[in-house]
Amino acid sequence: MSSILGKFPVLGNKDTRSGFGAAMTRLGQQNPAVIALCADLTGSLKLNDFEKQFPDRFIQCGISEANMIGLAAGLATAGHIPFATTFANFATGRVYDQIRQSVAYSYKNVKICASHAGLTLGEDGATHQILEDLGLMRMLPGMTVINTADYNQTYAATLALASHHGPAYLRFGRPVLPIFLAEDRPFIIGKADLLHQGTDVTLVCTGHLVWECIQAAEQLEAAGISAEVLNIHTIKPLDEAALGASLSKTRCAVVAEEHQINGGLGDLVAHWVAQNTPAPLEFVGVKDSFGESGTPDQLMVKYGLKATNVVAAAQRVLKRKQA
Amino acid sequence: MQTSLSNTLSASQLADLSTQIRRDIVRMVHGVQSGHPGGSLGCVEFFVNLYFRHLHYTFPFTQEGHNEDMFFLSNGHISPVWYSTLARAGFFDMAELATFRKINGRLQGHPTTHDHLPGIRIASGSLGQGVSVAAGAAVAKKLAKEEATVYVLTGDGELQEGQIWEAAIFAAHRKLDNLIVTVDANGQQIDGPVATIMGLASLQAKWEAFGWRVLVCTQGNDLEAVNQAFITAKSYKGQGKPILILMHTTMGAGVDFMMGSHKWHGVAPNNEQLQAALDQLTSQHYTDY
Repeated sequence: MSSILGKFPVLGNKDTRSGFGAAMTRLGQQNPAVIALCADLTGSLKLNDFEKQFPDRFIQCGISEANMIGLAAGLATAGHIPFATTFANFATGRVYDQIRQSVAYSYKNVKICASHAGLTLGEDGATHQILEDLGLMRMLPGMTVINTADYNQTYAATLALASHHGPAYLRFGRPVLPIFLAEDRPFIIGKADLLHQGTDVTLVCTGHLVWECIQAAEQLEAAGISAEVLNIHTIKPLDEAALGASLSKTRCAVVAEEHQINGGLGDLVAHWVAQNTPAPLEFVGVKDSFGESGTPDQLMVKYGLKATNVVAAAQRVLKRKQA
Repeated sequence: MQTSLSNTLSASQLADLSTQIRRDIVRMVHGVQSGHPGGSLGCVEFFVNLYFRHLHYTFPFTQEGHNEDMFFLSNGHISPVWYSTLARAGFFDMAELATFRKINGRLQGHPTTHDHLPGIRIASGSLGQGVSVAAGAAVAKKLAKEEATVYVLTGDGELQEGQIWEAAIFAAHRKLDNLIVTVDANGQQIDGPVATIMGLASLQAKWEAFGWRVLVCTQGNDLEAVNQAFITAKSYKGQGKPILILMHTTMGAGVDFMMGSHKWHGVAPNNEQLQAALDQLTSQHYTDY
């Protein structure tokens, strides 16, 4: 087994949303201020245990997401730490104005926690596969935006958010994926996680694309290319120091995300690079299109979000660097 | 900690205060040549009764408001009447009223917590959100086993927003009988009469059908009638239903040429109109900011 995959053995297979649900139960035990709100998707958000153990602090909102965001703002005003949960599409686009006014502008300590983000929602199709949520949320002043890579990181991020004052968006997903980050791996909001050091190209990645980038780094290494893998779990605030340190070494990057290439992590990185360290960049993401029905893996292949796409992008960006 | 002024002013003092607040409203809106005088003038008796007779609050102001009543303004565009009331109640210096809608000020066009103005707990302006926020606060009061009351004011045109009805369903389902919503039923919205623009039929029947205890105040610009509405509404607390006051007011109340027309929803008076308004708004005791 070669270096990077050896560093990240698969510890099991679980969905990121289950990491959220387990952490919520833990938070329920630890912190009486924590409240969970859900809009008729308790099972999908893995909140059944929380509801059972803390019925007074579980608020079923029914299919009324706008009201749920307002309720969360009111609860936060009174000093609670509300976690408002639903699918990512309904947690962001549907309630953008409510989040903007009652949560972000009012600077409420509300955690908007969204499952089923991106293409990996699968068969339900494009109506539910939001690929714009990171962009929508990162544009809001003061909003912390986190997109986690596996079960353990989602668990850690959920716990971290309860101790972090201010509005936040936490994005995770539905598919069962490898757990590759150790349970005790530190998670610090706003601090990128350098998973693997390399010298030729930086793979800047977030969410489900982190695992793809680890595999891409392995394939690149076999081809004699040294790839650095930087997990940007916190989209906002962006860890500019980590990005700068990596790019000063590799001088080119591929940004990979399960999101539109417009508006997401790629745009953020491009903005920073253009201002600070001009360098060639390539982007792996959905290219200005909606998704469709299919299995998660079929969709990731069709829309070019697999390790092979990262490898190809790395080869392209290396040619541009050398030109 | 200082407690509220509830019940310390006489009826004539409250009448003078109402006139004073009306003067503030027209002067603030005139001063910056923008803002919403019509709805503000129509809600003066509501605000005077709320802050000087019924709302239990303490100083210094805190966001959390533990063990005290809370008020949320959902129709944020009537900020002039709220700002004036807050200043007159001692939340901030009344001289600050002169900064309304001006650059670098805390008295934003629509209320916000962004600038830490005492008295404000949520931004409002984009309509339809306040009842949800108040319902969240009412849940918090229940969880804390507080006796406090959560109040919220909405417009009637605002009830065209769907989120209002999401909140109405929720509050009834959760039996939030510590929540008192008042609807400023002035029958006007920007484009014209509510009944013409998007008629709401019977609001009393609608709210009752949603599971609320409804009381109607037909004289929303009469200090004592509004006082009685508050007293009755509070007597309904703890009976398993959220409470709604359907408060009939006149937009522009107190200034004859502004009364009863949607045309003064969001228009500022010119110099002559200001003087004409102030000439009508006189009392024994007032001190303009």
